Amino acid sequence: MPRLNSKEDLKALRRKIIGVRDLNKPYITLCSGTACHATGSDAVAAAIQKELEKQCLTGEVGVRRTGCHGFCERGPIIIIYPGEICYLNVTPEDVPEIISKTIKGREIIERLLYADPNTGEQMVHEQDIPFYKYQTRLVFSGNLWVDPTNIEDYIALGGYRALAKVLHEMTPEEVLEEVKRANLRGRGGGGFPAGRKWETTRDASGEPKYVIVNCDEGDPGAYMDRSIMEGNPHRVLEGLTIAAYAIGATQGFVYVRQEYPLAVSNLAIALEQAKEYGLLGEDILGSGFEFDVKVHRGAGAFVSGESSALMNAIEGKVGEPRPKYVHTSEAGIWDKPSNLNNVETLANVPLIIEKGADWFGSIGTEGSKGTKIFSLVGTVNNTGLVEVPMGTTLRDIIYKIGGGIRGGKRFKGVQTGGPSGGIIPEQYLDSPVDFDELTKLGSMMGSGGMIAIDEDTCIVDLARYFVDFLCDESCGKCVPCREGLKRMREILEDIVAGRGKEGDIELLKEIAVVMKEASLCALGTTAANPTLSTIRYFRDEYEAHIKEKRCPALVCKDLISYYIDPEKCIACLKCLKNCPEGAIEGEKRVIHVIEQSKCVKCGICYDVCPPKVGAVKKISGRPVPPSLPEAERAIRKGKKKGGGSD
Amino acid sequence: MKVKMKRVDEIIERYKGEEGVLIQLLLDIQSEFNWIPHGVIARISEKMRIPTSQIYRIASFYKAMSLNPVGRHIIHVCLGTACQVRGAPKILDRVEENLKIKEGSTTADMRFSLRRVNCLGCCAMGPVVVVDGNYHGKITPAMVEDILEKYE
Ligand SMILES: Cc1cc2nc3c(=O)[nH]c(=O)nc-3n(C[C@H](O)[C@H](O)[C@H](O)COP(=O)(O)O)c2cc1C
Ligand code: SF4
Ligand code: SF4
Ligand code: FES
Ligand code: FES
Repeated sequence: MPRLNSKEDLKALRRKIIGVRDLNKPYITLCSGTACHATGSDAVAAAIQKELEKQCLTGEVGVRRTGCHGFCERGPIIIIYPGEICYLNVTPEDVPEIISKTIKGREIIERLLYADPNTGEQMVHEQDIPFYKYQTRLVFSGNLWVDPTNIEDYIALGGYRALAKVLHEMTPEEVLEEVKRANLRGRGGGGFPAGRKWETTRDASGEPKYVIVNCDEGDPGAYMDRSIMEGNPHRVLEGLTIAAYAIGATQGFVYVRQEYPLAVSNLAIALEQAKEYGLLGEDILGSGFEFDVKVHRGAGAFVSGESSALMNAIEGKVGEPRPKYVHTSEAGIWDKPSNLNNVETLANVPLIIEKGADWFGSIGTEGSKGTKIFSLVGTVNNTGLVEVPMGTTLRDIIYKIGGGIRGGKRFKGVQTGGPSGGIIPEQYLDSPVDFDELTKLGSMMGSGGMIAIDEDTCIVDLARYFVDFLCDESCGKCVPCREGLKRMREILEDIVAGRGKEGDIELLKEIAVVMKEASLCALGTTAANPTLSTIRYFRDEYEAHIKEKRCPALVCKDLISYYIDPEKCIACLKCLKNCPEGAIEGEKRVIHVIEQSKCVKCGICYDVCPPKVGAVKKISGRPVPPSLPEAERAIRKGKKKGGGSD
Repeated sequence: MKVKMKRVDEIIERYKGEEGVLIQLLLDIQSEFNWIPHGVIARISEKMRIPTSQIYRIASFYKAMSLNPVGRHIIHVCLGTACQVRGAPKILDRVEENLKIKEGSTTADMRFSLRRVNCLGCCAMGPVVVVDGNYHGKITPAMVEDILEKYE
């Protein structure tokens, strides 16, 4: 492919790509994002290849492997064109039937369609499925269409048009103005206006200037940045190049986690192709603008996602934060002005340039414009990535899109903002989600993790989990964060272990104040948020642990016991055989009993006891009832036996 | 060790003369050998003219780098938030009890190394355990033993 030397070249190429594509040619699009990969998309791809060969159809049917479609709960997902037929949970065994019936016969296989869990109504198209129907997919839309290893797929969708417009029709100042006017706020956590940050770096003295993409994605419950990078890397590169032009940078970096191998390799391919097509490197699109991008793999440290720490890491140093009186936008990598943006922030930029700041401003709320991608996970029915306009209510996200809480359990709260965020309880489900509302509720937007929790999650234990995570991840450079987190962890561990004391809650709050005031970086200043928000909304759970030594969610190992209800036990031997500790005593027709001293509380007996029987119970806050006298444990006639002796 | 050092030298060669590449180099070593042997650190220090203390500092700071040898199979138990609220701690407990080791260490017979990780990007399958790159999703404590038995 000869390089593109002008805007017209790009246009012509796009026309050419679209021109040779026969819209009536059958096409199979197979999601090969990380989750679908884990559920077997490779095997499905191999089966498709094999079957097409067998039926001599390789030339007539196109196959495209894309990034994540979002509905990971039901992967592997395939979509068949023409007709946009969407099949879920596809296995290699389904493939021959799909090829013969749907591809050849244009017949729909109902078993593979989405069926509404309430009405049973089946849906053929992705956009009819409630999970997709209530979303507004702008940033994420490309993932459905694009093979990330083929730049022409992205170009066919209009990719790099925004870059061409910027380079040939706009001055850097105009680009800056447009992004400022759109009020695009950073999606990486802070929500800082991107345009203003760009301007600071542009105006700072010092050359060269750098632009950087943050794909560290440290939040342990979020994976949208990864999915964009894996599924549509060119959109991020286009956004980055536009930022570079506006700022006046010639060198860019992508900081991406080593643990995201697919993102790393797709990104490398994308860079290669962009260079080959003249969309990166010297004289981009014949405009004279020069820009190059290097990849820096991050080695898995949460704190390295912080801006100054990340810049240390790019310099090859240990990734810990620098003192804050100098801003990285003025003195970042090698002390040169450096602008850092999140993956999703930059992926929004081409859209803003193409459709304009006014269009962007028409989506979202007063203070938060555009859409936001959330990773909706935890105990909802439909786990996946969800893109909605800012201002959508939590209820719409969790119930309309997420399909509510699984297993008919009671909703308890939703965790947003990752380790720096908080937990929002049921009474605020109707709050609109944007940067400012979430902060008001004592949580934050963060990078968009949204973890639904149900009655089986212990709030205190969840707070302990986040503190434990942060304690491990604190770089230890400043005392309030390092020591504060350790003390908080000790206190929370004591509470969940039944060693909580009066006054612990107040002590936690006191430590929180100091950490917030005196820590060096935002890891420390926000570290207490999960604890504070849970104290605010779920104080009674803390008190139950401390005062009654009771875990209301029946989670905390030291506060619960497993117990077999003699009224319900049918002496089926299941739990006895599965108990890894030999702690269950009983035999056929003899009611089983757990020897508490041997039990390690692994919960296996609870899981394996047949659901209809449900004899294994968890109890907390009260002693285990004494076991039945030996004589009363026999079950006569194989039928359930009560306690009494006739 | 001979053959290994040749690989090490090849990896070092990729980065020679460049600035700020130590982390990238160590990541390559880590993915090649699954750990960073002390002899290799000495070699890097000599060839790249970087003090060993600086290399150790980086290798011990990052989670993705290991200064201890690893077993034949590597188990990753996801403790990301989504897996956490779906019962991952019980899974980790079970693996630890079964192998009689703690997270972050290796069994004496070098059969398994056990590590905890944060979000593997497939929360829909949570709780997730990955052994040698094979994903096992929606697992319960009772399934742990059977999964481990598959890896000799
Ligand atoms: C401890 C810590 C970890 C962070 N991790 C990330 C991360 O993984 N990804 C990210 O985009 N931003 C992360 N940030 C925020 C960055 O410092 C920075 O604000 C952001 O990347 C800027 O991009 P934006 O303005 O486009 O949001 C982190 C911040 C802190 C304090
Ligand atoms: S606040 Fe914590 S993570 Fe940030 S610099 Fe201080 S010790 Fe390190
Ligand atoms: S919880 Fe585990 S150890 Fe205790 S009785 Fe049940 S199966 Fe046995
Ligand atoms: S990876 Fe396939 S839908 Fe997310
Ligand atoms: S939290 Fe375990 S895969 Fe995401």
